[in-house]
Amino acid sequence: MTAEANMVAIAQRETRRRPAGGAGDMVFHGLTIFFALVVLMILGGVIVSLFYGAWPAFRKFGLGFVVGESWNPVTDNFGALAPIYGTLVTSLIAMLIGIPVAFGVALFITELCPTWLKRPLGTMIELLAAIPSIIYGIWGLFVLAPFIQEHVEPLLIDTLGNIPVIGLLFSGPPLGIGVLTAGFILSIMVLPFIASVMRDVFETVPALLKESAYGLGATTAEVVWHVVLPYARVGVIGGILLGLGRALGETMAVTFVIGNSHHVQASILQPGTTISAALANEFTEAVGDIYQSSLIALGFILFVITFIVLAAAKLMLIRLQKGAGASA
Amino acid sequence: MQIYTRRRANNYLIVGLSLAATAFGILFLIFVLGTLLVNGIGALGPTLFTQATPPPGSAGGLINAIFGSLAMTAIATLVGTPTGILAGTFLAEYAHGSRLGEFVRFINDILLSAPSIIIGLFVYAILVVPMGHFSAWAGAVALAIIMIPVIVRTTEDMLNLVPSALREAAAALGAPKWKIVVMVTYRSAIQGMLTGVLLAIARISGETAPLLFTALNNQFWSADLNRPMANLPVVIFQFAMSPYADWQVLAWGGALLITAAILCLNISARLFASWSGLQK
Repeated sequence: MTAEANMVAIAQRETRRRPAGGAGDMVFHGLTIFFALVVLMILGGVIVSLFYGAWPAFRKFGLGFVVGESWNPVTDNFGALAPIYGTLVTSLIAMLIGIPVAFGVALFITELCPTWLKRPLGTMIELLAAIPSIIYGIWGLFVLAPFIQEHVEPLLIDTLGNIPVIGLLFSGPPLGIGVLTAGFILSIMVLPFIASVMRDVFETVPALLKESAYGLGATTAEVVWHVVLPYARVGVIGGILLGLGRALGETMAVTFVIGNSHHVQASILQPGTTISAALANEFTEAVGDIYQSSLIALGFILFVITFIVLAAAKLMLIRLQKGAGASA
Repeated sequence: MQIYTRRRANNYLIVGLSLAATAFGILFLIFVLGTLLVNGIGALGPTLFTQATPPPGSAGGLINAIFGSLAMTAIATLVGTPTGILAGTFLAEYAHGSRLGEFVRFINDILLSAPSIIIGLFVYAILVVPMGHFSAWAGAVALAIIMIPVIVRTTEDMLNLVPSALREAAAALGAPKWKIVVMVTYRSAIQGMLTGVLLAIARISGETAPLLFTALNNQFWSADLNRPMANLPVVIFQFAMSPYADWQVLAWGGALLITAAILCLNISARLFASWSGLQK
């Protein structure tokens, strides 16, 4: 590799001396650098423009913006607690359902299914990610929400709803539209992202390690639990964070089924809102500088949260690529 | 013997659950697509492609929205493709091990998963506010921004698959670097790069959130890129959320159209990649 790199370097140095290629090289190199910088400028622009737009709201409400529950366009009093709470709770539900399912899918595709089935199965799961979020939204509104309202929610209210503390989570009338439905749709949407990262990292586990365990008489479950998972740990967490980043920012599917209510309620069967749903529903109709600024401030908060989650995911996956995961 | 039975039962349980999880995923794919087909097929008809979106209570089609989606996707592709390819070229050909390269790659991967509604807010701030009105241009720019990270990523991956012996051979013949990249590396990676562009188009054709604050929507036929323009995703959103039955039928029709287009793009991109011998 180093020999190759040296050869290329020498060849490049030689070609750089030639005046004929020199001008063309400078232009082309310059162009590629410029467009690489465009990528950075987009991110910088997003941060600066959002912060600039959000500043009036931050200045007026201060820290109270993050902890205030009131959302009143008439009195120009805004607090972000309900959307932030809704964003976190729907994403939490999505993760609680999505992680085990994604794990099962990745496990099935890498360890259990016959080779001829791997490609078609993998493609089908990835097609789940290709379906646009608006399609999940319209399906959620007309198909899933009525189903949950008629069959799932009454069951939850009759069983879990009677348990003292947990029951609060499942109280109230079955509406179909609400936090639970939104979280459930999100779980289906993040499933392919988590599953595909998990599949990739499971496949990096050396066959030698797995075969040694099988040779000692371990069952498939034991191999996965004691060999594959510890080896792929960092990558699995990276994949989960990647899915979480998607869930936090998902807009359309959630907007359809969450009910857009700016109240923090204990019950996950009741309507709520998320940051992205509030933006999608209200932004174009927001009259008044403070109203609009508050919505942009919501966007800024969402961006900061997803940035942190995605950066953490990325750092973990980079660490895995560099082989640090192998030492686990 | 008891331990053995327990371990075996445990194994069957895990394998069974894993099978169930896969079935769960596939089931929902079929469920969503099936519902779309059943509800959307009734809306398909010649009027869908000849008439503009109707006021509630009268018949109409989606031609203005179809045109708007195609126009904005086309402009976004024209802007996003060269940008993404050149930035990807920088990462694959020039940035080996450099700080700038690492940083751009990191930021690009974050933009790849960043919430698209945030991109909508950004374009609203930099284009819609200064121009004073919503416009198809703004919508196209928002879509291009979503497209760029996808193309950067696939271009870099595809260029990295090109064996360095090819580059070295060209360098040994005295070709300048830009000629090596354009005439050797691009040429051997072109199928993969096209696959990336197809996937990026598929990704933006269904994007709704970034168009809400940029292209907005338009009830009527309009080909003026400087005005708000109808587009399929936003029309689906508005019509599906409305209480009017005929609007909802049109929404299902539009949803079927969009999904069919995206699945075709996706599957053809995959076939294309496997024909040209590239693994995704």
